[in-house]
Amino acid sequence: MFGPLISKPGSSRSNKTGSWRIETKPKFLQKNCIACNMCVLVCPEACIHGEGKNTYTCDYNFCKGCGNCAEICPKADIVMVKEESRE
Amino acid sequence: MKEIRIHARAGQGAITTASLLGYAYFLKGMYPYAVPHFGAARMGAPMNAFVRVDSKPVRLRSQIYEPDYVIIVDPTLMRGFNCFSGLKENGTAIINSKEENLELPKLKPGQKAFLVPANEIALKTIGRPLGNTALLGGFCAATNELSLDVLFEAIKKRFADKIQEVNIEAAKQGFEFIKNKIKG
Amino acid sequence: MKEFLEGSLAVAKVIQLCKPGVVSAYPITPQTHIVEELAQMVADGHLNSQFVNVESEHSAASVVLGASAAGVRVYTATSSQGLFYMAEVVFNIAGLRLPVVMTVACRAISAPINIWNDQQDAVSLRDSGWVQFHAEDIQEAIDLHLIAYRLAEDKSMMLPVMVCMDGFILTHGIESIDVPTQEQVNKFLPDYQPLYKLDPANPLTMGPLVDPEYYMETRYAIDQTHKEALDLIPKITAEFSKVFGRNYNGLIEEYLTKDAERVIVAMGSVCGTAKEVVDELRAKGKKVGLLKITSYRPFPAQKIYEALKAVPKVAVIDRALSLGSYAPLAAEVKAVFFGKTKKPGRISSFVVGLGGRDITKDSIKEIFRLLTTKESACCEYIDLKPELLKENYE
Repeated sequence: MFGPLISKPGSSRSNKTGSWRIETKPKFLQKNCIACNMCVLVCPEACIHGEGKNTYTCDYNFCKGCGNCAEICPKADIVMVKEESRE
Repeated sequence: MKEIRIHARAGQGAITTASLLGYAYFLKGMYPYAVPHFGAARMGAPMNAFVRVDSKPVRLRSQIYEPDYVIIVDPTLMRGFNCFSGLKENGTAIINSKEENLELPKLKPGQKAFLVPANEIALKTIGRPLGNTALLGGFCAATNELSLDVLFEAIKKRFADKIQEVNIEAAKQGFEFIKNKIKG
Repeated sequence: MKEFLEGSLAVAKVIQLCKPGVVSAYPITPQTHIVEELAQMVADGHLNSQFVNVESEHSAASVVLGASAAGVRVYTATSSQGLFYMAEVVFNIAGLRLPVVMTVACRAISAPINIWNDQQDAVSLRDSGWVQFHAEDIQEAIDLHLIAYRLAEDKSMMLPVMVCMDGFILTHGIESIDVPTQEQVNKFLPDYQPLYKLDPANPLTMGPLVDPEYYMETRYAIDQTHKEALDLIPKITAEFSKVFGRNYNGLIEEYLTKDAERVIVAMGSVCGTAKEVVDELRAKGKKVGLLKITSYRPFPAQKIYEALKAVPKVAVIDRALSLGSYAPLAAEVKAVFFGKTKKPGRISSFVVGLGGRDITKDSIKEIFRLLTTKESACCEYIDLKPELLKENYE
């Protein structure tokens, strides 16, 4: 008899951490973006993606709303907005 | 069942002695159990090794308190210990000593003690003062427990080449030394 | 073939025949000779294993854990403080259901430091989830290693096994041993096929964090598997005897217990001495016997019940303590009979041979004698020296 001892890869994809967001979420303005990729590097959920200037966005199913991307953005092109606001 | 107690200092080869003796009994088709008992677990400290042998597998695991035979590899141990403690009424002691007048405890009528200058034999044959095989030769002569041939077989199993040769010679000389004593 | 072999060397020879892919160990008296010999075999090309030298027992256990997780047969050995230093990993190995086989050369625990034999080290880790076998003599010790691999790697088990052999008495004792051949071992022990393994081509995680929703089931499963092992062990030992011709029950051995009025229960090499005493007393017409426990984990409660239910007086020998409580084996034997109508009139508890204090025939005779006088409910110490207890540091 065995219990739950091993897990196969992919389990983090099924765990939608977007529900962890409390008040704010990032908004990608896509105006002054220089594609420096810093937001991608600091995202703890690796849920930001983009290819080229002003294309970056994130997957809100996994974004926990930590704000790291807004903090690191050298062009202030990502801002944290109230969760209620629908954009 | 026969019980043999070996007195030595750690590093003098008591375990080798016990295992050679056990192996000789093994070759004879008997069931020996040889085991060391360490004291302070460092070289030079007094220690014992035991051989218990029977015609059926030995189950008794205790140390040996009433030996049929004692083999004293280092006679200086007799200053601090009663190496003869518990020796059976008709027991035999084989002692490594060149001093023919070595002071021994008072023996009971049936008890015997044999002195073998095993280290001197070893220095001549092996080149180092390791008298174990000479003592075992002496043991064979003193007790008639084992033939010299079977002891040689055990030595051959344990040592190779030159070391084997010189140890066989040492065992032979130890054997002859006691045989000559007995003949007077 | 019969050989005259030191216990440690005999174990090394049998492990060589089992062909572990990885061996890792750290030397500690009285286990050292085993791994020293295995290291030599690897160096000489007589054993195709990776021998991983490590800086501690914690690492040795971690290496065999990792190697076993990667899907190879592994081996390690330790003793006393070394086993305790491993303890954290020992529990992990069982928790991960890895079929590691380890020899424990049983030795006392510090402080005060003592290198000689008792069973406090192994007994202290009885709750780790490992199967625990205790050997009476060297032949049984080496045979139990073969049985251990077979049991550990059974697809229904996947649990680690400790083979416990009394330090010095068996590890350094030299006896006539029937050494198995490679053909026999191949016949009895198939190649190890892991149920799952760490493999970059098929990635998986072993032992991830499990929250309260999952943890209890993993522990329950190990406990259940131990109970299933009680049925599996006799099946494996029956197959063992077909191949090797030596019979073991694997759980318990009843030595002249059938009509006995007094029976000693014990584990390990002391059983040999006890058998000698039983024979001597039987020759004098005394109805005495011995119940040897080979498998301490799983604990063969039902077998013990059957063996002892009609015995008037039972003495349990412990060579380890649970300080501040009942002696461990005695407590468990008593638990077997709680609530039962058929049971021994008396179950006495004796502690003997701690830290290498020699267990003589007289020690065993004294236990049989005391058994007739009164019930020793909690730890009667045999061969204790009361004069040493007068030390006063005020």
